[in-house]
Amino acid sequence: MGSGELFGLLGPNGAGKTTTIRILTGLSRCDSGSVRVAGIDCTGNPRAALRHIGVVPDESNLYPELTGFENLCFCASLYGIGRKERRERAHSLLERFGLAEAARRRFAGYSKGMKRKLTIAAGLIHRPEILFLDEPTTGIDVTSAREIRQLLSELHSAGTTILLTTHYIEEAERLCDRIAFMVSGRIAKVDTVRNLLEPLQGLHAMDISFSGDAGTVLAAVTRALPEMAFTRTGPSSLRASASAPFGIGALLRAIEAEGGEVLEARRIRPSLEEVFVRETSIGPEAMKREKERQAKPS
Amino acid sequence: MKGLTAFLSILGKDMRTYYLKPPNISWGLIFPVAWAGMFLVRSGRGLEEVLSILPGIVTVSILFGTTSMLAVTVTFEKKNASFDRLLLAPLPLEIIMLAKTMGAILFGVINGLVPLLIASLITRLSGVSWGLMLAASFLTAVSSTFLGLFVAVAVSEVFEAQTFSNFLRFPMIFLCGLFIPVSSLPVFLRPLSYILPATWGADLLRRAVTGAGAFDATAALAILASMSLLLFAFSLRNIRRKWIT
Repeated sequence: MGSGELFGLLGPNGAGKTTTIRILTGLSRCDSGSVRVAGIDCTGNPRAALRHIGVVPDESNLYPELTGFENLCFCASLYGIGRKERRERAHSLLERFGLAEAARRRFAGYSKGMKRKLTIAAGLIHRPEILFLDEPTTGIDVTSAREIRQLLSELHSAGTTILLTTHYIEEAERLCDRIAFMVSGRIAKVDTVRNLLEPLQGLHAMDISFSGDAGTVLAAVTRALPEMAFTRTGPSSLRASASAPFGIGALLRAIEAEGGEVLEARRIRPSLEEVFVRETSIGPEAMKREKERQAKPS
Repeated sequence: MKGLTAFLSILGKDMRTYYLKPPNISWGLIFPVAWAGMFLVRSGRGLEEVLSILPGIVTVSILFGTTSMLAVTVTFEKKNASFDRLLLAPLPLEIIMLAKTMGAILFGVINGLVPLLIASLITRLSGVSWGLMLAASFLTAVSSTFLGLFVAVAVSEVFEAQTFSNFLRFPMIFLCGLFIPVSSLPVFLRPLSYILPATWGADLLRRAVTGAGAFDATAALAILASMSLLLFAFSLRNIRRKWIT
């Protein structure tokens, strides 16, 4: 990762995203290879770069019995920041994250979105050069997620180096300078968003949902339209793509010939999801299930 | 200076969040009183017995005062991931763990003072060697705390920490020479008695109160200090091996 970069680690559950963050932040040791954080070799001493980093874990690790303000002050004190300075920083961050009114409330009583925002604020209290965020918007309401994305953009613009893990492909696409696709502990592909999307320039795609089994329909349309590519996206849906513009007539006929009825057809802008599926062979169906599972309130 | 700021902050948070809660304060007051009452009733000799049971009551108060909260302050915090917040701070592990255990040490020493205060109201304590009493109380609290820490970091669940803690504490009361002198214990139990910090602490406290002890005071102080260092070092090793995976 370069300095000032916003780098995304994208992959399904079990890909190794959290483990990577734990290794980089000194909470786990690597089995092999080397670790450098902020120019410091942390391979032998996982805790060597702690002063330079801020960490926002996927589950908040703040203290439920302390107020929001006390939590931030406590976190600041762990970095040796004096009383007056830490109070000022805590007030400023609470203001910035829209939590000023909840400053004197116990953390245990915060909503999930507020908890996540305060956890990010705690990760920033010592003004780290590098911020690690593990699934920062998973499982929280839409408004809070939007606010957090906005905050991350602002931090990035201000020059903070950010490593972000996410299941949300569109979030990674919108926020990150570079993205690594991670599968089973390995980086399958890493590049800038622009470069990743490059092969899709000129690609035309359509999402189609229908009555009937996607497997049967997929076989039929692949036979009928060999010049096009098809991907199953759900139990009764698929995605059609081609390098030239195509009409829906031939597709409709092929599906109806299998006894299916087209319920919806929607042209889509080829996105990072296409690239992810191509590079990792993990279908959007699997990622969607992952998102739904993660988003369930605990 | 930065380390001191963090140390005091961790200690202050633990004191406010855990140790200075009403249930703990009441436990710290009631427990020594109940033990003292129990022994006095059992002995049947009334108040003249106070001085002879005082070292035992102080030892037990310190032992329970120090070890009762570590399952929460350490094991529970690790379980709910808030301990990771400390592990992510740019502090030596030694400072983090000293800060996390200092609350237990202070609470144990204060618990040990309660029976002394009560005893001072009902009998004369003019013969007590206060310097030795202070040193013995402090080292007993430190060694008991680090014994509790050793258990707290060796397990991953709070109930495990509490269970193992009880398995250590209660037999310790009977093996540390409080009720039965170590020299009167069966030969096969004596080595066990010698490796318990409470044996040396209780003997030092007995010497401080009554002037008589089974072991040399300097040797007992050195052994307690060594046991404390060993237990702390083992605990740190366990944290590095098990918690930084």
